[in-house]
Amino acid sequence: MTPTDTPRWRPLIELIKSRLREFLREPEAIFWVYGFPILMTIALGIAFRDKAPEEQIPVDVIESPGAAAVADALAQRPERFRVQKLAEGVALERLRKTKSNLAVSAPDSTGRNLVYRYDPVRAESIIAHQVVDDHLQRHFGRQDVITSRFDSYSPPGGRYIDFLIPGLLGMGLMGGGMWGVGFVTVDMRIRKLLKRFLATPMRRRDFLLAVMLSRFLFMIPEMAILITFSHFAFDVVVAGDLVSLLGVIVLGGFCFSGIGLLVASRAKTIETVSGIMNLVMLPMWILSGIFFSPERFPEVAQPVIQALPLTLLNNALRAVINDGSSLLEMPGTLLALLAWGLISFAVALRIFRWE
Amino acid sequence: MSTAIECRELRKTYKAKPPVEAVRGLDMTVGVGECFGLLGPNGAGKTTTIEILEGLLTATSGSVAILGLHWGRDDQEIRERIGISLQETKLSEKLSVAETLTLFRSFYRTGLDPVEAMRQVSLTEKAKAWTGKLSGGQKQRLAVACALVGDPELLFLDEPTTGLDPQSRRQLWDIILGFKAQNRTVLLTTHYMDEAERLCDRVAIVDQGRIIAEGTPRELIRSIGGEHIVEFSVAEEAGAAPSRIAAADLDALPGAEGARRLGDHWTLQAAEPHVTLPALLQWLPNRQLTLDSLTTRHASLEDVFVTLTGRHLRDEGAAA
Repeated sequence: MTPTDTPRWRPLIELIKSRLREFLREPEAIFWVYGFPILMTIALGIAFRDKAPEEQIPVDVIESPGAAAVADALAQRPERFRVQKLAEGVALERLRKTKSNLAVSAPDSTGRNLVYRYDPVRAESIIAHQVVDDHLQRHFGRQDVITSRFDSYSPPGGRYIDFLIPGLLGMGLMGGGMWGVGFVTVDMRIRKLLKRFLATPMRRRDFLLAVMLSRFLFMIPEMAILITFSHFAFDVVVAGDLVSLLGVIVLGGFCFSGIGLLVASRAKTIETVSGIMNLVMLPMWILSGIFFSPERFPEVAQPVIQALPLTLLNNALRAVINDGSSLLEMPGTLLALLAWGLISFAVALRIFRWE
Repeated sequence: MSTAIECRELRKTYKAKPPVEAVRGLDMTVGVGECFGLLGPNGAGKTTTIEILEGLLTATSGSVAILGLHWGRDDQEIRERIGISLQETKLSEKLSVAETLTLFRSFYRTGLDPVEAMRQVSLTEKAKAWTGKLSGGQKQRLAVACALVGDPELLFLDEPTTGLDPQSRRQLWDIILGFKAQNRTVLLTTHYMDEAERLCDRVAIVDQGRIIAEGTPRELIRSIGGEHIVEFSVAEEAGAAPSRIAAADLDALPGAEGARRLGDHWTLQAAEPHVTLPALLQWLPNRQLTLDSLTTRHASLEDVFVTLTGRHLRDEGAAA
């Protein structure tokens, strides 16, 4: 028999060590936690990288008396316009399928009387209309009355990718916390391991804390990898200090581990917990500003949207990464995240189903 | 002898339509140092009873005292002093035997060194093996080691050897007997007669949520009349045809008792087979009956159960 009593902190440490060991011995889990978010960042980063401004505009010229004159005029700038002469039906079909941005017809053989056709809510078409019309006006003799030039200005922190990366970090913290905690907990419940633990003097709080804390420990390297990767691949820089960034990440991880625990606190099957998790996460995927600013949603919905944990987290991440804010400048956001995590944990502890 | 477990008028009704009365008024007293067995078919209420005693389920009514302590008041203290093995627990597959035991050990204020727990269940060589790689018997020994690592005074084992091969069963029996030899208490459930006869000082036969008989295995066997069982069948009686033999006729034979027909053969209990057998052999030809088979054996707890309920212990859910 051991002569001295087990130290108070020992069960918590042992539970965390067990979780870490189980995780590190599961190669698939490592891929889903570390590999998958990176692949997703690569894919989304490439897809949403800022497009080159000098892009060829696909313009279709509809067969009409002045078609040849218009097509010839546009063909003078092949680097700017991709022109095809097509029958009206074909051209409209291509417009409908967004294969072209604009269809032009010239009922008059001189080409000096034009009809543009496009969907007025399509941004590319509006640009195409202006650029094509401008080019044709000058071609047929319009004189510019003022001189102007264009200077490129795209500072780091202001590009779409700079907006996107903090959103992806927030999404990673949400998914990792929810799935990591929720799935593991329900799995242990199904295996009756929770029931077995309950039959020992183990403190329940220790177990739930261990599940949450071990999740944190996985998330910090995950975030470090993503931030380093987006720095080298997309030139995304962290404007704020790293202590603030770590603080926001830890709080976000805590918040979503707590919510994950709450979501998993009663579920008896993996299917149930997956369903509840999607139900909880889906609104935040859409509303909380991963891909676009949540301010685009109507004013009445803003109080709710701004209170969602992922909105709070994404705002805090963007403030630190893009605007260089420090943790101390946003006490309200941090307290709200902390409250989400603590309340979820407290409720989970109370309603948790051990068998 | 002081009391390790005492329960009175224990009842458990599960909410369902209609409600399921799993335990219906069960009384039990287990002394310190005793190995007590709850024996019965699947669905008899054994697991419900043991889980109430372990504090995992709440009884609908009745009182329970474990080592003189009470659930709801002394939970932490009781858990420090008992060890349990559930009917089925899948321990974390990716943790080694030593890591699993270290984890369980950390939950208890005092307890065994995990190395000692491994030694007691002969898993020392498997210390570094992941539990997922262990055989069924090894897993079950690890489950028992998890119960022993808190150095309990009282051990609860729910069907500890179900589904194991004979050698693994004997290994587990030795572990349990070793624990009992330190004057500690064991409560186990089983539906194996030989296990109960081998391990238990006293046995309670549970059927439909009640204890229908209780005593030492020998007392129970003696209580049904004879320690020997004569089993025979006659050539003319195959199948389900109405029997030409009446139980009363057989009971009238010298020293015979409790005759009953089970399938196409008859069993009767005999205190003195050397008296009963010749009488039986004489009686059959008188009735123009030809003996087809004849065996005698020692009575077992199975016979006690059959005598008390008219059913075999493993009739229902024998697959488990």
